[in-house]
Amino acid sequence: MSANVISLLIEATLQTCYMVAASTILGTLFGLPLGVFLATSQRGELLSAPLVNKVLGLIVNAARSVPFIILVVAIIPFTRALVGTSIGTNAAIVPLTIAATPFIARLVENSIREVDAGLIEASRAMGATPFQIIRKVLIREALPGIMLGLTLAVVSLIGYSAMVGAVGGEGLGDLGIRYGYQRFMPDVMLAVVAILIVMVQLVQSVGEWIAARVDKRAARNRGH
Amino acid sequence: MTRTEPTGASIIFENVGKSFSGADGTGVTALKDVSLTVDAGAICGIIGRSGAGKSTLLRMVNGLERPTNGTVLVDGRDVGRARGAELRAIRRDVGMIFQHFNLMAQRSVFDNIALPLEIAGIAPARIEPRVNELIERVGLTTHRDRFPAELSGGQKQRVGIARALATKPKVLLSDEATSALDPETTQTVLTLLRDISRDLGLTIVLITHEMAVVRDIASQMAVIDGGHIVESGPTYDVFIQSAHPTTRSFLSGVTGVTLPAFLSGRLSKQRNAGDQQEVLRVTFAGPHATDPMLARLSTDLNVSVNILAGAIEEIGPHPFGNLLISLDADRGAEARAYLERHGLLTEVLGYVR
Ligand SMILES: Nc1ncnc2c1ncn2[C@@H]1O[C@H](COP(=O)(O)OP(=O)(O)OP(=O)(O)O)[C@@H](O)[C@H]1O
Ligand SMILES: [Mg+2]
Repeated sequence: MSANVISLLIEATLQTCYMVAASTILGTLFGLPLGVFLATSQRGELLSAPLVNKVLGLIVNAARSVPFIILVVAIIPFTRALVGTSIGTNAAIVPLTIAATPFIARLVENSIREVDAGLIEASRAMGATPFQIIRKVLIREALPGIMLGLTLAVVSLIGYSAMVGAVGGEGLGDLGIRYGYQRFMPDVMLAVVAILIVMVQLVQSVGEWIAARVDKRAARNRGH
Repeated sequence: MTRTEPTGASIIFENVGKSFSGADGTGVTALKDVSLTVDAGAICGIIGRSGAGKSTLLRMVNGLERPTNGTVLVDGRDVGRARGAELRAIRRDVGMIFQHFNLMAQRSVFDNIALPLEIAGIAPARIEPRVNELIERVGLTTHRDRFPAELSGGQKQRVGIARALATKPKVLLSDEATSALDPETTQTVLTLLRDISRDLGLTIVLITHEMAVVRDIASQMAVIDGGHIVESGPTYDVFIQSAHPTTRSFLSGVTGVTLPAFLSGRLSKQRNAGDQQEVLRVTFAGPHATDPMLARLSTDLNVSVNILAGAIEEIGPHPFGNLLISLDADRGAEARAYLERHGLLTEVLGYVR
């Protein structure tokens, strides 16, 4: 493998990391509040707003049922309006974020719904406002679950980010297609796949480690 | 650590009713026309069967449930009509502990107890000494940085109690706080509650379905059945004068004084021809509880008495005894009059051959 190809691989890996990191951060920024709202706004819940809950739930479901590759193409005008172009890493972040947001929202919603209702009751009895309950109790108690959810989201985004390579994004997917497939360089293709596998393994392990670290439910015999 | 600065608040239920509307349009009436006064500084035990409405009643004191009719006053403030900040202010004056503790699994003992103070917007510098004081109060100094998963049930409930006391409430509510604990731990938790009530002078309302809990710490009590208060008053009075079958069945549970099975099967309510023996429940109370009244009955009236079951115990400082006896049915009226004259309570349970 030539030095040229190696530097291409490094560059593509960094581009993938950038796209995944940016869309994870943005997706969490939008997905976390959305998930919290979905988890607390059914009838009789803390932020009881059944109608808004229904509508947002439908939108989230709709967004999640569009295949990613179609989403990328369908929102090209929107992407162009937002970042001025529809190709490159910055452009890829738009569909990645749009795919990540509802996904993360649902994961956050599930984690929060698993928090014991008794804790909400206890906090209400303490005189907490709904916002305090969300901030100090629900999110804190759901944190290990949210961490595992985010790990799952990052792993999916690594896969998605490779897909945007097919439609003018950059990164490992783009490299794999242009060199590995179109110029038929199987060693490049192999290297791309290997790097992706390592990335996914790494993310999964680190995510699980963090989730275990923040979880105080199991007796602490992890040593520290 | 005897401080008496926060004193208890009185709680008044006035003709309180509560119905829940089910999803299918059918309603459940949980409470009907409940009137009850809990004196400031009292420990009030509320006892009743499952589904009687105990939790519903208790949850009205801090507005977790609103009455459908009537008024609930805590320290003169109308909880049922309070909203928003006003309601949250009342809730800071009313601590609550729960059967399943409801501790935050992700927070340490210290942080759990600090939570109500954080919520009340107290500055962190003032939270720390307060929480340390509470941890000491409930005897968990060495567990300060542990997490709930690392505590026993009794320790968890101590954290729950410390947390409930954090904002110096005037009332402490306990919904079956000892039901998940073994008898020994139950005793230590009850002792802690009694000490707290004595030292801080706060009002405690506790729900239980164990009469022993009421007997051990409550100064007043209410028996609730099917959404009604069927008996209420000072614990001792209810114990010795209870008339309602629900109360009686709880009482026989706590005193363990029930008829032996071989007798209860043959007992008839009416005296039939040929029945020789009258079966009585004799309740000893007050100064006569420890007098050898049955011995005197035998000598004074020359009636022989069979003792079937019995126990003597204490409610607060008062001895309280319960005996089941049988004696010659023809002499029954005479013997009962004798015992009543000497300050004992009698009740005819039935007749046997
Ligand atoms: N949120 C609710 N919606 C509908 N019905 C309810 C609700 N809460 C309580 N009930 C009903 O009200 C009645 C009284 O319930 P409550 O929980 O007060 O009983 P309890 O005496 O505390 O019983 P337990 O000893 O089992 O806790 C029951 O019939 C119950 O089904
Ligand atoms: Mg209950």
